[in-house]
Amino acid sequence: MSTTATESAVAKSDIPALREALADGIVSEVEFRGEHTLNLSLEALPKALAHCKEKLGYEMLLDISSLDHFGDDPRFEMVYELASLDDRRHLRLKAKVSEDEAVPSAIHLWKAADWHEREVWDMMGIPFSGHPNLKRILMWEGYPYFPLRKDFPLAGRPTEMPDVAFTGVAPLEGGPFVTAPGAETIAKREPRARHQE
Amino acid sequence: MSHHLAGEQSPAMESTVTTPAHAAYDSKIEGNIIFTRVDAAINWMRKNSLWPMPMGLACCAIELMATASSRFDISRFGMEVMRFSPRQADVMIVAGTVTYKMALAVKRVWDQMPEPKWCIAMGACASSGGMYRSYAVLQGIDRLIPVDVYISGCPPRPEALIEGLMKLQEKIELEHSTQDQKRAFFEENA
Repeated sequence: MSTTATESAVAKSDIPALREALADGIVSEVEFRGEHTLNLSLEALPKALAHCKEKLGYEMLLDISSLDHFGDDPRFEMVYELASLDDRRHLRLKAKVSEDEAVPSAIHLWKAADWHEREVWDMMGIPFSGHPNLKRILMWEGYPYFPLRKDFPLAGRPTEMPDVAFTGVAPLEGGPFVTAPGAETIAKREPRARHQE
Repeated sequence: MSHHLAGEQSPAMESTVTTPAHAAYDSKIEGNIIFTRVDAAINWMRKNSLWPMPMGLACCAIELMATASSRFDISRFGMEVMRFSPRQADVMIVAGTVTYKMALAVKRVWDQMPEPKWCIAMGACASSGGMYRSYAVLQGIDRLIPVDVYISGCPPRPEALIEGLMKLQEKIELEHSTQDQKRAFFEENA
């Protein structure tokens, strides 16, 4: 546990430098169980990523993911997980994106961003500006939906692309079967069909 | 092997050990002659040399590999010749989750296999989509290609796959291949 505390302290020491570099680009700072998260404005995001890579030594991009806060504005949120290899720092950067905005690509900083950004585009439909090859990575080119959006049903929607692929609607039979974390008994926590509105 | 082929003609099958009445007869060869129906002989050959096309798409493929390996050893059934070319395969074992992205590729491989051909849906996913009630997964390979044998399990043990293959053998045994061909021929030329 002592190493975790040290790493978290090291990551924490980077935050003043970022605060200085980004000024009002930082919306809020969160520390939870030794993990540091910076919520940024979308305008400050590319600068923050470049600063982390070039000045602070976060040479590894662990993951890019995205959230759909369906019903909120801005709707989407980008999540970048950064790491440094020598001293094992870990920093998370988040930025909210509205539906008509594009996120500046991070490929010029980390090559790893290529496929991660394509996956975010494929599943969530958030476009990236400056990406050299922004096409679908899991579904096929021409598939009309973004399946991880909250307004897309788990069972799917019927589509048809002759000679390429088709999709149908999966029978859910009362499902989807979801867990209820935090419920009192195991019987209530385990996966069951719960009615959705 | 003759007991496999026992047809109506069982009295005729008893080989006679008489002196050849004609010089062209060779008693050694004649002793090895069996009488049967063409269908029975063809079915016997087909069912004992089923060459599988391993369509391993998920964890079922691990069990499929175990089935082929020495512990379970489907070469006992003449099935050890896994053919990765569909042109040389007889039975396609769809082992695993068929996503919509993969579905048409599976169909294409199936179409490339020459007749006669059979299909085994191995495991819950290939049979029905399994636990993947999802936008990405085909809900059973039988929506694209005709399935002869379904094997339950997630994944099925090698014994289950072997039983599925034996069920397929029983099915092949009852086919009327030449009769069907003859009927098709006469219907075409009627």
